[in-house]
Parts: sequence; C-alpha cells; structure tokens
Amino acid sequence: MALLELRDISKRFGGLQALSLVSMKIEEGMIASLIGPNGAGKTTLFNTLTGIYRPDQGEIRFKDRSLVGLKPESITGAGISRTFQNIRLFSHMSVLDNVLVGMHTRLDTSLVDIFLATKGFYAREKAARTRAEELIELTGLRGRENEWAQQLSYGEQRRLEIARALAAAPQLLLLDEPTAGMNASEAQSLMRLFRDVMGRYVKAILLIEHNMRVVMGVSHRVHVLDYGEKIAEGVPDEVRRDPRVIEAYLGTGDWLKNARS
Amino acid sequence: MNRSLALIGLSLYIAGSCVLAYFFPQSVLAFLLVEGSLLLLYYTPVSGRVKSFFAALVLLVLLPILGFTNAYYFEIAIQIGIFVALALGLNIVVGFVGLLNLGFVAFYAIGAYLWAVFGSPQANQFIAGGWFPLSPNWFFVFLILSIAVGALTGILLGLPVLRLRGDYLAIVTLGFAEVVRALVNNLDKPINLTNGPKGIAPISKPPLFFKPVLEFFGVQVVDAALYPLYFYFLVLLLVFVIILVTRRLENSRVGRAWKAIREDEIAASAMGVPVVRMKLLGFAVGASFASAVGVLFAAKQVFINPESFTFMESIGVLAMVILGGMGSVPGAILGATGVTILNLQLLKGLSLWLNGLRQSGAVLSIPLLGDLSLANLPAQFEPAKYERMVFGLILIVMMIFRPQGILPPTQEPKK
Repeated sequence: MALLELRDISKRFGGLQALSLVSMKIEEGMIASLIGPNGAGKTTLFNTLTGIYRPDQGEIRFKDRSLVGLKPESITGAGISRTFQNIRLFSHMSVLDNVLVGMHTRLDTSLVDIFLATKGFYAREKAARTRAEELIELTGLRGRENEWAQQLSYGEQRRLEIARALAAAPQLLLLDEPTAGMNASEAQSLMRLFRDVMGRYVKAILLIEHNMRVVMGVSHRVHVLDYGEKIAEGVPDEVRRDPRVIEAYLGTGDWLKNARS
Repeated sequence: MNRSLALIGLSLYIAGSCVLAYFFPQSVLAFLLVEGSLLLLYYTPVSGRVKSFFAALVLLVLLPILGFTNAYYFEIAIQIGIFVALALGLNIVVGFVGLLNLGFVAFYAIGAYLWAVFGSPQANQFIAGGWFPLSPNWFFVFLILSIAVGALTGILLGLPVLRLRGDYLAIVTLGFAEVVRALVNNLDKPINLTNGPKGIAPISKPPLFFKPVLEFFGVQVVDAALYPLYFYFLVLLLVFVIILVTRRLENSRVGRAWKAIREDEIAASAMGVPVVRMKLLGFAVGASFASAVGVLFAAKQVFINPESFTFMESIGVLAMVILGGMGSVPGAILGATGVTILNLQLLKGLSLWLNGLRQSGAVLSIPLLGDLSLANLPAQFEPAKYERMVFGLILIVMMIFRPQGILPPTQEPKK
C-alpha cells in the first residue's frame, strides 16, 4: 500500500488548467522528486495536497484515508507537513518558537492546564522544548534558538523551515525548492540532511526541485509535470533520457532541424 | 556589588518619593515620582523575587498609605488599573493575534451594563417582582458571569467576520461597537432595558464582607472612606489575575499559535494551527477581560450612561497598546499607565499651572516682541483646551521616532 496516492487530480483557475488528471504514488521509504519547467503546476500540486486549494476533481488518499476537503491544519495533523518556496517563517518569533509552533498538533495541553500551570503542562512544554532543540541541532541552527527568525541568513531560514516542518512529526515531508538560491556546498549539506531525516524522522519525502544535481542525487523516483500534466515518471536515469522531458525543458528542436537543412 | 548598589538606590528612591508624596499630598510631581518607582524597578537588575517584593511593597503598602493623605491617588490608581486591564485584553487581539479591533470598548460596555442593569433598580422595569437591585453579594457572581458573557460576545462577533482581514475587520469591529452603543442608547423603548441616554444609577457597590472583621478588631469603619481602598485592591487583584493568565497563555502553545497567525496565517495553518479556533479564542479572552473590568467600572462609578463607551475610548485603549509596544505585556501595562497619567495628571496639571500663571498676570519678556502679559491672552488660548492636542502631538512624535512602541517585544533568552 502506498503511503500517499493521488488519483486524477485536476485544478482550474479561471481559464488556466493548472493541473489535469495528475496521478502519482509515494511509497514508504522513498524520496520522490517533482520537477518541471516554471509554471508547470508543481506548487499548485503541493497546495492542493496540503489543503490550501481544494481539487476540482480527483482523490487524495493518505494511509488509506481521503484528504480531499480537509483543512490544512487537519492534513498536518494527519501526518503531512511542508516547507514553502518563498520562505514563510514567523519572522518576529524566536527560532525556538518557530519550531514549537510546528508541534502544535502534537502538544495536547488544554486551556485548564495552561491557566492552572499544572505539572502536566510543564512536563509537556519541557518535552516539546527538548524535541525542538534536537531538531534545531539536526538542522545546524544550534546557538541561534533565541534569535528572531528574520535575523537568520537565507540558507539558515531554509533549514529552519525544514526543522519547523519536522516538528509536526510528519510521515510525509513536502519540500518546495529547498535548495533554491543555495550554492553547491550548501546544497550538498542539505542533501545529506534529507538522507539523515529519512527513516529516522519521516517515512517519505516529496520534493520540488530545480537543481538537477540534487534531484538526480537523492531521488528514488522522479515525476515530471508540464502544463499541469504529468508527462513522465521513473528512476532518475530513465527520466533524464525521456524525449518528452527533454522537449519540455529545451523545446521541440525544430529550429535545430531547420537550421541544419 | 553592583546589585546591592542598585538595591540601595532603589530603596532610597522609593523611600524618598514616598516621603515627598506624604508631606506634599497636593503635589502632582511627588506622586509621579512614586509611580515612577515601579518603572525604575522594572529596569533594576535584580532577581524576579526581589522585584516582586518591591512591587508588592509599593502597591500593597505604600500606595494605600499615600491614598489616605489624598484620596485622589486612589482614583488615579483605579483608573490606571482599569485601563491596564483593557489594554492587556486588547493586546491579545491586536498584539498577539494581529487582528485590528477598533471597537474594543463594546465588550467593556457589555460588562458594565450587565452589572448596572441588575445591580440597580433598573431591572425592575422589565422583570416583575421588585427583586432588584440585587444584593451587593451578587457582584462577585456577576464578575464571573461577565467573563462568560464577554467571551460569548467575543465569539459571536468573531464568527461572522473571521474571513475578513486587516482593514475590513477593523471596520466591522468599529461598526459592532457603534451598534452596541446605539442599542444601549435606544433600548429604553418599548421595553426599558438600559434607560437610554439618561443612564443608570445608583449601581450597587461590592459588599464590604470584611467589615465585621475590621470591627471585631476595633477599627472604626466609615464606608465612604473604605470604598476607594476596597476598589483599589479589587482592581489590583483583577489586573494581577489578568497578567497571570496572559503570561501563561503567551508562553503556551496557544500564545505561540496566536503569534504565528499574526506573522503568517497560511504558514500557521500549514503547521497545524487551527486558525479559526485560535482567532475565536483570542477574541473571547480579550473580550472577557474587558467585560470583567466593565463590571468593576460600573460598580465604582455608581452611574453609567452610553457616553462612557464612545469610539474615542476604543481609540484611546488602542493608542495605549500601540504606544506601549504591540504584542508586549510590559508594553501594554506601561502604555496604559503612561497615557492615563498623562491624561489625568500631567495634562491637567499643565493646564492648572498655565491657568495659574495667566491669573497671576505674569509677564513674559520676549526679545524683539516686547513684553507679553499672560493675563491679556484671549480665552481661546485657554490651556485646558489643548490637552487633546498635546496628546495628539505625543502620538505623532512617538510614531515617527519609535513606531515599535516604548517596550516592544524583545528576544528574551528563555529559561
């Protein structure tokens, strides 16, 4: 049984068919990549998956439960969490608090506990803090806990987003262009982080990525979107040689033929 | 070494200002120095326990003693307490959850009218049986009840408008406050619920339940002299509870969720924060604070009418929160205290002083322009008329030079 299964997802914005009949399966233990030219519908697919948009048709099944129509917070509660392409941290909150917000669904302190500051409240807060510090350590942000998120550098902010998403204890982690704007060595260390996280913290990762070195380096499976349609799927080497993929990225090549003749 | 020096300095300052205020009970300046001791205490580098000890000393012992030399001190302290409670409530909605609320005074009015109607003969107008006014003992029941009623109205307002954001929400809250005010202003017909613009009086004061104890110890009690002290302690207790609740909420998953919604609603919901429920909770908590303090206000004033709950009151509380620093509990407290002192003491004192100068016929010598006798100033230059202008100027200057407020939220190291 697949961890996540999308069946014939379509989403339309006015005259634009952003997604049409996209299907895919993500198995446990898999790092999958979603690639495609700009505007192919990758982020729309993420937003549909996480409940920000509701699909016009199609079915999303996660651990054999339908996610269509659920609110984003319920989908996070079910075990999917994500990062954002354009970083969306809580800028005026500390690094630690950013991660702790991610634990909201896993912290079941009631209002009574909070008002009375019961032992249970302190115990849970302390446990949450310990776990948050572990994630901060994992993402290499140790020592920055009390700084505001907006004071971190760009690369650190990207890593904090990952720590925050992991705090929700997801089984499936969605990463939207995690290495965007990073140099080669930063991207390398992030790839190591993905492999560390797999199995230990999450059961599967789906990432949107433009950096082909990262895609080919970490993915077990690659899905390719173009104009809202899935045009190819396979192991990295297959996809790299797929003529439809090459065409989507580089064009039809007619001008080459024309130039030759 | 530094610490003991700071402690000695602080003690000397508190003692000195109290002695001054004690011997010059009419001096605004002396009392300001006493009030300043709490601000000084906030900045003194001593442990939390020492701070609480000094704060308790000033608030529980020294201020009540000074209050007996000049009863107006109690009045000022009670007003400050009321506005601190309101500002803390609004700070939750505006500062934590980030929802601009221009009609916060509506919840204050609801609390005040709740006790005013049933704690006075007013309720006899629409409930037969002549049961009203309820006995003063009911005051405490209504104080608790007002928390529930405030929370409920907060949720009722919140439910239909949660999809609105920013400016749109602000306009709706403004409209809500006007609706509440118009209702209390007009609900004297066909059934007389609120007595309309004439207002409600006399409203019962809370019971002097400790009076038998005092008499047992042979203390002669004059009710009229005891009430200011009593209200002072009631307000102090209410503010203390509100600060405690706010602090605990702030450092829990609820407070973090509120701030996350303020920072980025979509990211917050993607992290599992139930945005709608948390917003409603913020509305409810803020409204319940305002409503509870409204009950206290009605009992203290004995008389209330719709004039006490105008749009300007909402703006005043908002100005306190913004001046203090949005999203900061010490900021809201300082903002409320500062603005109340400014309105009740500084600007009034300034007006009195200028008027005194005018009447004494003082002459200003201005180079090139010659002598200017203040007595000849036309009545349009009456200083009392410029109170609001000075306040407005202060707001403008503050927003230009310190838009984040006096004590904005900081990145405190967490223990």
